[in-house]
Formats: sequence, C-alpha cells, structure tokens
Amino acid sequence: MPGRTKVILVGVRTWIEGWPVYRQLTGTDPLGRGAAAQSPRSKALTARTETADRVAKSVCPYCAVGCGQRIFVKDEKVVQIEGDPDSPISRGRLCPKGSASLSLVTSPRRQQHVLYRKPFGTDWERLDLETAMDMIADRVLTAREETWEDNDAEGRPLNRTLGISSLGGATLDNEENYLIKKLFTALGAIQIENQARI
Amino acid sequence: MGSNSLYGPLDPAPDAGYVDAPPRMGFFTDTSVCIGCKACEVACKEWNAIPDDGFNLLGQSYDNTGGLSANTWRHVAFIEQPVVPSLTDALAAAGTQFLGMPLSDLPGRVTEAPRTDFRWLMMSNVCKHCTHAGCLDVCPTGSLFRTEFGTVVVQEDICNGCGYCIAACPYGVIDRREDDGRAWKCTLCYDRIGDGLTPACAQACPTQSIQFGELDELRTRAAERVDALHEAGVESARLYGHSEDDGVGGDGAFFLLLDEPEVYGLPPDPIVTTRDLPDMWKRAGIAALAMAASVAVSFLGRRG
Amino acid sequence: MAEAHPVGFQWVVEAKNRGAKVIHVDPRFSRTSALAHTHVPVRAGADIAFLGGIVNYILENEKDFREYVLAYTNASMIVSEDFQDTEDLDGLFSGFDPSTNTYDQSSWMYAGHEKHGQEHGESHVQRETAAGQQHESHGAPLPGDVPRDPTLQDPRCVYQILRRHYRRYTPEVVERLCGVPQAAFLEVCEAWTANSGRERTTALVYSVGWTQHSVGVQYIRTGAIIQLLLGNMGRPGGGVLALRGHASIQGSTDIPTLFNLLPGYLPMPHHEQHETFQQWIDAIRHPGQKGFWANAEAYAVSLLKAYFGDAATAENDWGYGWLPRLTGDHGTYRQALDMIDGKIKGYFLLGQNPAVGSAHGRAQRLGMANLDWLVVRDLYMIESATFWKNGPEVATGEITPETCRTEVFLFPAASHAEKEGTFTQTQRILQWREQAVEPPGDAHSELWFFYHLGKRIRARLAASTLPRDKGIQNLTWEYGDDEPSSEKVLQEINGYDLSTGDLLSTFNQMKPDGTTSGGCWIYTGVFADGVNQAARRKPGREQSWVAPEWGWAWPANRRTLYNRASADPDGNPWSSRKAYVWWDPAAGEWTGHDVPDFEKTKPPSYRPPEGATGVEAISGDDAFIMQGDGKGWLFAPAGLIDGPMPTHYEPAESMVRNPLYGQQANPTRKVYDRSDNPTNPSPPEQHTEVFPYVFSTSRLTEHHTAGGMSRQLAYLSELQPEMFVEVSPALAAERGLDHLGWAHIVTARAAIEARVLVTERLTPLRIEGRIVHQLWLPYHWGSEGLVTGDSANDLIGITLDPNVLIQESKVGTCDIQPGRRPVGPALLSFVEDYRRRAGLVPGHHTPIVTTHSAEDADGEQ
Repeated sequence: MPGRTKVILVGVRTWIEGWPVYRQLTGTDPLGRGAAAQSPRSKALTARTETADRVAKSVCPYCAVGCGQRIFVKDEKVVQIEGDPDSPISRGRLCPKGSASLSLVTSPRRQQHVLYRKPFGTDWERLDLETAMDMIADRVLTAREETWEDNDAEGRPLNRTLGISSLGGATLDNEENYLIKKLFTALGAIQIENQARI
Repeated sequence: MGSNSLYGPLDPAPDAGYVDAPPRMGFFTDTSVCIGCKACEVACKEWNAIPDDGFNLLGQSYDNTGGLSANTWRHVAFIEQPVVPSLTDALAAAGTQFLGMPLSDLPGRVTEAPRTDFRWLMMSNVCKHCTHAGCLDVCPTGSLFRTEFGTVVVQEDICNGCGYCIAACPYGVIDRREDDGRAWKCTLCYDRIGDGLTPACAQACPTQSIQFGELDELRTRAAERVDALHEAGVESARLYGHSEDDGVGGDGAFFLLLDEPEVYGLPPDPIVTTRDLPDMWKRAGIAALAMAASVAVSFLGRRG
Repeated sequence: MAEAHPVGFQWVVEAKNRGAKVIHVDPRFSRTSALAHTHVPVRAGADIAFLGGIVNYILENEKDFREYVLAYTNASMIVSEDFQDTEDLDGLFSGFDPSTNTYDQSSWMYAGHEKHGQEHGESHVQRETAAGQQHESHGAPLPGDVPRDPTLQDPRCVYQILRRHYRRYTPEVVERLCGVPQAAFLEVCEAWTANSGRERTTALVYSVGWTQHSVGVQYIRTGAIIQLLLGNMGRPGGGVLALRGHASIQGSTDIPTLFNLLPGYLPMPHHEQHETFQQWIDAIRHPGQKGFWANAEAYAVSLLKAYFGDAATAENDWGYGWLPRLTGDHGTYRQALDMIDGKIKGYFLLGQNPAVGSAHGRAQRLGMANLDWLVVRDLYMIESATFWKNGPEVATGEITPETCRTEVFLFPAASHAEKEGTFTQTQRILQWREQAVEPPGDAHSELWFFYHLGKRIRARLAASTLPRDKGIQNLTWEYGDDEPSSEKVLQEINGYDLSTGDLLSTFNQMKPDGTTSGGCWIYTGVFADGVNQAARRKPGREQSWVAPEWGWAWPANRRTLYNRASADPDGNPWSSRKAYVWWDPAAGEWTGHDVPDFEKTKPPSYRPPEGATGVEAISGDDAFIMQGDGKGWLFAPAGLIDGPMPTHYEPAESMVRNPLYGQQANPTRKVYDRSDNPTNPSPPEQHTEVFPYVFSTSRLTEHHTAGGMSRQLAYLSELQPEMFVEVSPALAAERGLDHLGWAHIVTARAAIEARVLVTERLTPLRIEGRIVHQLWLPYHWGSEGLVTGDSANDLIGITLDPNVLIQESKVGTCDIQPGRRPVGPALLSFVEDYRRRAGLVPGHHTPIVTTHSAEDADGEQ
C-alpha cells in the first residue's frame, strides 16, 4: 500500500523534526538552547487576550482616578482585565488594586446566593431570591407604617419615616444612586447616606 | 566573539539558532521613578496565574513577599535609608535615649558621601534574561531555552524539576515551586510579546518605572536618563546590568539604581556560572556529540 | 497621592521630569514623599496654621498676583463694621451664641448688606443639615452691589482683614505649632510663590483625609485662599484638586444618596425653612441674586417632572408636597446612635462596610445589633454582615448570636464588570462602562435590586388611598422588564424636552413651566444630541491634551471650572505659556482648549445694567459665575458655619493647648455628647497625659478602604497581610516597642492590637517646646477575609465638621503599649480603666467654649 507507507514516512519525518536532539544536530542551534529546544507548547503559545471573544470597555472600580480598563471575555467568562491604553486619564496603566480586578470579579470567594440569618439565629441559611425580595418589600412597608410622621408639632408637613436607613458605597453607579434616592424619597425615607459623608 | 559562546558580548537569539530573529527585547527598570505600588507583582500574577506567596508580615519595610521566587516573578524591594546625624540631634533635643532599632547596616552605604535626606528606595526586581544564562546552560532537559526575542524561558511542559538551574543562577532568581517541584520564573510574558503585546508588569506600571522594548533602544534611553538625572543633581544614579562586558554578557533586564547594587540585594559583579564550560567542552566535545548521535540512532532504531 | 492614587501620580512624575518641583506635606514619609523633592513632616491637625502661615507670607511680602486678585477675588470688598475677628475675641468670630454653639453671621456680611447675612438661629439648622454641601456646585447667596476699595487700603476691605487675621501666623509660630523648621517652611513659601503668577501656576493636590477633620472644610478653604491670592484658580496647571477615594464618590454627591441633598445639589426640603414650594425655590435661587442659580426653579421643576411625570403639575406644585422633610441632622453617624437607641427599624448597606469603615466601629456594630432587620448587599462576606457572630463585641460578650435580634439578609451584588452604567471620577468626568458578562448566581446590580423592590412596593400600595402613598404611586418607574436599562435611567437624568420628546443638550434649555424634565440638572448634556457622551472613547493620543472627547464632564463637558480666570480681565491669556480659554474679538466669542466657563458671546467689557439679576447681572470679568458676587472668596461673608476665614483650632483631641487663642477647638463642631461616645481630654482639661500620643490613619496602596474589595483577594492580601502600626525609633524606645512585635493602641473608645513597624518614616516633632510623637495606622482590617486584624476606626470617636458633618478621623490622641491587648470581658474593663484615669466618668462633658474669659467664668463657679 504505497499511500499508507507515504503517510508513515511523513509522520516519522515530522516526528523526527520535532525531536529536539534531531533539530539540535541538524539545525542552527547545535548547543540546543534556542530554536531546537522550543517545545510544542511554547511554539503554540498565544496571549489569551488575542483569543478572547470580545472586549468590554470599562472603568476601574477602586479609587476615583477613573482608569480605563479592558475586560476580555471568552466563553462568557472574564479571562483578563488590563488597562486601556486609549484612556487619556490612565494611558493603559493600573495600580495593584486595579491589576487585581480579574481576581475581584472571578474569585470563588464571591457570594452568589442570598443568605439569611434569623433573629437570634446562630448561623446563615440559604434563601431563595424571590422570597428574599418579597421579605424585604414587606419589611420596608412595615417599618414605614410603624414610624410614619405626617406632620410636625406645628402642623407643618413631614411626610416621612425615620424608621429606615441606608448607607451606600461610592462604587455604585450614578444610575443606581439615582434610583435609590428616587425610590426612598418617594417612600418618605430620608436617612439615605453614602460613603461620600465619610 | 564567536558563535555559541558562553561568555562575552553577543546577540543571544541568532546565537541560539534563530534565523532572522526579531530584535532582542528586554526590560529597563528605572528605580528613580518607582513608587513601590507593586502593580507589577499583581499584574504578573494575574496574567500568569501564579499562586500567592503566603500571607506573612516580614517587616522588611513594605516588602512582604520577600524576594523573587517560583511564585513571585516581579518583586519590589523597599530600602529605608535613615539619616543618622539629624535623628541623633532630634533625640538629644527630646532628651530621650535612643535604644536603636533593627535596621540592617547596608553594604555600600559607607562608600557614599553622607546624605542629608531620608531616602526610601524602591526597586522592582525581575529575572535578568542574561545574555549568558547559567540556568539555561545547565538545564539537562531543554526546558529552559532561549526565545527568538533573546529572552530565557522555562518550558513548563518539559521541566522535570531537577533543580540544576537554581544553583546556576548568579542572581538567585529561578526557584522551584513546592507543590509541583518544577522551576518557575519570569518569562518576559513570552505569550504576550509573541503577539506584539507588552509584558503584563510593564503594561501596568503607573510611572513607567518598568519599560519594555528593544534592548538596544532601551540602553540608549537609559544612558540618557542617567545623564538627565546627573544633570538634575542626582549623582547617585547609575545603571546595572546594561554592560555587555559584564560577567553575564549584559542583562536583557537591566536597571537604573540610586545606590550600590548590594543595597538592593543585587550581586555587584555577577558572573555566569558556566563561564568555564567551553574549555571543558573543548576537551569533551567530540565524545559528547558522538554519544548524542548514537543516542539518536538507537532511539530511531527502536522506534523503527 | 502615590500611595492611594498611583496611576494619577504618573502625571506628577511626568511634571517632575519636565522640571516641576514636588513638595509633600504629610505627618509621615509615604511613597509620595519618596518621589517628592521635599517632604515636610507636619503635626496632624495643624494644617491651617501651616497654610495660614503661607497666607501671611504672601500678604506680608506682597507676593499675591495683584491684577488677578483685584479682578477676580473679593479682596477689595468692604466688610461690615460690626465684624470682629478671632484676633479680637480670643478665637471666636463676632456673633457667637454659646447656647447653640453657632454664629449669628450677619456681622460677617459685606458692609450695608448685614440683613442678607445668615440670621440668628439659621446657622444651627445649616449645621444640622450639612447645608455647606450645597456649595459643591455654587457659592452661598449674596447680593451683587457691594462697596469696594480697589486700592486695598481700607482697613475693612477683605484684603486688610485677611492680613490682620493671619499676621500672627509667622514662620516662628508655624515652627512652634506644626513642628516644621522655619527654613523648611520658608522653602515651601518661596517655591509656591515663585512658581505662581502670570507665567507659571502651582497645583494644590489633597486627598480626602483632609475632609476628615473637625475643621475639614476650612482646611480646604485655606488652600483655596492661597490659590486665589496667587492666581492659580481656573488656570491650567493650577487649582485645588481633590483626590477622591472611590470610583464614583463624586457621582455619589452629584446624584446624592445623602440625606440633605437632592440631585444637582438642590437641598432636601426642611420642614421649617421650606414648608412651601415657593419657600424652597426662593431658598435656592435667592431672588435678586447674580449668577446661574437664579434659574433654580427650572432645575427643581425639571427634577420633580422626572420623578413624578404627568402627575407633577403647576396646580400641585409639581408634587412638592410628596417630598419628605428634614427636621435636623439625619446623617449616618446620627443614625448609628439612633440605632443604639432603638429608633431605627431597618438598614440597607449597599457595598458599604461601616463595621470597619466608619468611625467608632463599636457604635456602628452595637447599632446594627439593635435593628429589626439589616440588608447587606456586597460582592463578598463583610464584617457588617457578620457582626452578630464574628465581631469584636462577640468576643467581649456584648453581642451574642442567641440574644441578638437583628434579622440579617446578605444579597450577592454584581461587580463593575457585570453591569453597565457610569462612574463619575474625581475630575467630574462621567465614564460609561460596558457590561462584560452576566453576574454569577443570584447576584444582581443595585439597579436591578431597587427597580424590583420598587415594583413590589408599588404593587402592594397600588390600591392605597392614603395621602402618604401618593408619591410612590405617582413615581415614574418604568425601566424595562427584568433587567432595568441603565441607559434609560441616564437619559432620565439628562432630561427631556417633554413637548418634543427630545433629549436636552444643556441645562439652559430647562424651563420652570413643566415642559422639561431632568433628574440632575448639572448632568444635562451627558446625552447631548441624543448621544451617550459618557461612552466616548476617542483615544487620548488622537486629541488635544485636554482630551474633551473622552467621556463627559459636568457641567457642559467643562474640564476646568472657572476657566474664565485663565484670561485676564480683557479676555487675553495671562501669558502664552498659560493660554487656556480666551476672548476672540473677531469671532465675538470665548474660545480655547476647553469649554469656556462663561456665556459664550458675553464680551469681557460687558457691564450689567442697573438692577440686573441672575445671569444678566454677571459682569464680563466675573470669572466665578456661580458665586453670588461673581468673585472668588478670600473671605466668606456667608455659607460657612465656623467662620468667614480659616482659623487654627486644635483637633477635638489634642495634647497641645492652642497657642494662638483661648478657644481650643472648633467651637461649632458637631458633637454627640453621650457616654458611649467619649472624647479623650484636651487642654484646658486635665489628664491629657493618659493619651499622650497623636495618631493618624490612612490607606495603603495595596488595600481598599474597609478591605471588602482587597482583603478577599490573595494577590493583594499577600502584599500587606497584617494590621500594623508605624512608630518612630524614638517612640519605640520610649514605650519599649519591638520591630515586628505586638503593641496595643488605646483611646477612650477602644483598644486594638497591631504588629509594630519601627521606621524613621515617622519623626518626632518639637511642638511648643516639647516632643510630640505621632504614630500611624492603616485602617483596612477587620474580622472577615483572607487576612484579618483589628480595625483602626474602632479607636475613633464621633466628632464632625459642622459644614458637612464628616467625622474627624484623621487625628486623635491615644496611648500605645507593648504586647497584645486583653481579650474577652477584660478588654472592656481595660478601656474603662483608661477612661476613669482620664476623668471620663459619668457626668463628664467636654468643654466646647474655652476662651480665657469662659475659663475664668468656669473658675468662679
């Protein structure tokens, strides 16, 4: 079977050429420290940013310098976050925290489920998201009901509750802060605060 | 210098058999603008998915990773240089007895003119990617190899963890990882630079203390930087690892320092550990090649 | 800056390489100092003395940029003859009322306008509601026509008043008070003044630890006075630049989640001052006032239209009646104490960790342990979610899970990569983020959470007939089906022309007649031309150095505020080197590198007609267009609680008697005088030796605030794995502290332990003839995460700046001793013993007014 023989010969040649000692003896690298020593893995190496499915343009979530970030996504997973060289603010650079953004986003330590601690409870238990949302809505309305103030002593409107508080971090988006303030204000909750006070 | 030399100036990639090799690439780390932020350490670990080095307060100023290791391929050293006379004055004024503190008496300081300012030196250290790399020379498996960019890389699919390279490094850079036994060190982001990207540490560095580029160009830039610093009165600025005539034929990753190398924990006069190997090889060369050929033949024969 | 904003610091390095001189003033030698030409160690809490000394140097040596000062500041304006200075009153200004510890400010007003000054009693309300924060976008109200002396010789003109006020802030006093040798101080003065003027500018950069003082606002005011005197405001390379610490902390004040503000710095209605819509509007725009705030009604009505849509009509005052009312201080610290007192039922924590990050951690945790319910939304498990089982009070027995009634919910939140939206960074630039991936598991954005919480609540209240539910029923609340659209929200913030449905391009299009909407008037224009301007990403290298096509800056994409001042009164650049914005007579308009901060076609020669108000009243050389008089204020005739000029007061906790005045500390500071919030004694009180050292706290490069985003990550935790305290070798010797050994630090609130780093980066200072030791702590640690440790904020008590109600957390007094702290209930008695020795026993009250006459009066009793 001539065809088969040929295939084997080609295969052997490829195999031989791939063998470092052969390359070392026949090539330009007789000491076997460079071209001849390159492993198949090394030869195939490519940066995972190059094989990403897409890149999202983002901004670092730590301090307020506002460094540009590029978030590389492969198979719906974040595979790399690095500085955006286009940014006139940061010119592609990141500090150690910004450089750790990949860990921040992908860490297995991140919480992924609602946890609930009963009054006087000694440990957490899991809670279904929908149930938890309903429980919060109930509690907000109850607290509001119990602490509602229509008027002050002189009959001027107060229209508020002092039974509900909120303290937000300053990594919230403007759009989020807008909805938080809008909802709480309409509910009469005024004790709405932020890291910006701290 | 002739080809395949283990000592003296040469361009390592063509020497290692690369035809039409791209320009030699490297790092110029300018410690005069290092702010010790450690972005390089983190960016390196994120890109290369290196394990952490453990959570240990070392008390070496702000350095808590201790040095280059299998798990730390960029390492920022912090050196606090107090001013002894003014401190003494202050304490005398305070009427307090100074009982001393565990400051290391750093070598090199005595040779300098006495400084009048407190200094906090920071330096991001890394594998030097030597022109003559002892680690590579002694590697029996071909795991350590010279890339087309002239850099030195451990190939993790080949390394068997023999550890010869560790003793061979004149800088004490390369190290074995405890859990898998293999040797690890900076690859100068071989995967990234192959795609025309900048290594992760240099990409992140906020102040361009770490600069990546063609080594020739970096050397020119570094010389200009030293001149500029001298002109600005920073007379202590000097280069380290830039000279092709040093004991390793020059480093692919070289530095601008503000004090003697020993202050930063760098050897003042590193020499490739395999400098004398060629002489030995001259005597053993024929035999070695013959043996290698017979190994090849027997291997082929067995396979056939 | 290199420590906490390393990437921003690249520009300092760049400037340095181009020849700029970098001076770093900080109690401790930090990574910033390492790269600066000069590090000036200063005593924590003495900044006004230091900067006031520079003001004195400028004025005594006439180093001010006189042409700029005359044209653009209120230097020439004549102040009421009723005004008395701290120099006259032993540290108080005229108008002090010891019954409320606030000022009747009418005597601080310009001559002839005393009736416009803050009225008696009003100042108290202003403090309670942190009204000073409204001035983030505009000055306090003020009439336009003010008597002036352009020769600056009138003894009652601002220039001369300023001179007298700072005359005692000499280099000798700076040395005594700040511990800065005169030579080092004069080097700073000379460098700053020599590098300012027509051809050169100097930037003053601060990090927001500066705000965390009982005189925080006045620190920044002092910096602003220097920059105005030297002509550095509104000019390239100049300014007072705040390095804010969180990705959108600027946005969090612009579109506030703050009790006292509505979006765009509109005040939350106060039950007394703003009972009616008209009172509210007039309080903002001040009829007859100059400047852009005259249009406040348009901004306010547009907000109410954005909130309530068609339900907001002229007949119902645009729904003003549905807004809740303030009665006083409802700030986060008031809330924590109210939680302890059982007044608050439920608490939301949204990416915030007060158990570690807020002052007086113990009060925070005890408050949280006394709620009906607590909702924590975060990426990771944080201390504020586990105070009931892992907090320090569990160790002391003050909280036990079996007796803690608080119901706790922990919701997983979405990270920045998992949601789209805008952050507003420290230079007011909004940058839109694209969503990279979906959040994991049940994690969701705050947008999702509040949208769906709102939907649920609206559904439950849909049938209600109670008046209180009208606001929530009428709220516009349609942002999509499951995932709310951030873009839609940002468009609502930008605002619409309701008659055409088009997005507005500028707030000048807003109308008070209900035909426009807009959720935050200063953000109008972020959707100019219907395009998301915040998403612009034209590479920096492809545009001018101002980079106006990267993101969008409020207001109107302006990158440098008050940039009219970069040109001289005639509209020409002060110098070609410093050209930024100028008048083009041929084109008849302002032009330049940035969006001019001035009406585009109003010429420099314009002078307002008699009786003009609002925008029409802004003169062609009124560079500070949001100020009521168009001028930069060297002297603040209104708007500040604690005085028209910054005055050195000692921190609320100090071991030094104020060398300048009998008045020891800011007499108007906000205090919560209660037994669970004790203050360490300061002179003239006794027992200051119990807490003999000064401490300060700040960030490390390797960690982020309370650690929720850094101590959970191995690559950051390994870089700074343990809580530590930095002490000088001299203090180590004095207290027997060993490098890497343990020490515990004690205040009247708490004792915490830390590993010791002995370093010469901390220097003992000579203050008033004695040595003062300062120690420094990072504040990142707590009980959760990969690396844990005691929290520095546990040491700190609650005393606030009166203008903005921000806590004094950057300076306090303490003791430090070698070894670990006691554990368990013994810790409580240990701290109790310190309190007893310091005289902080039941019935003790920290004196507020300590002028010599007050002291004498006390002595007679």
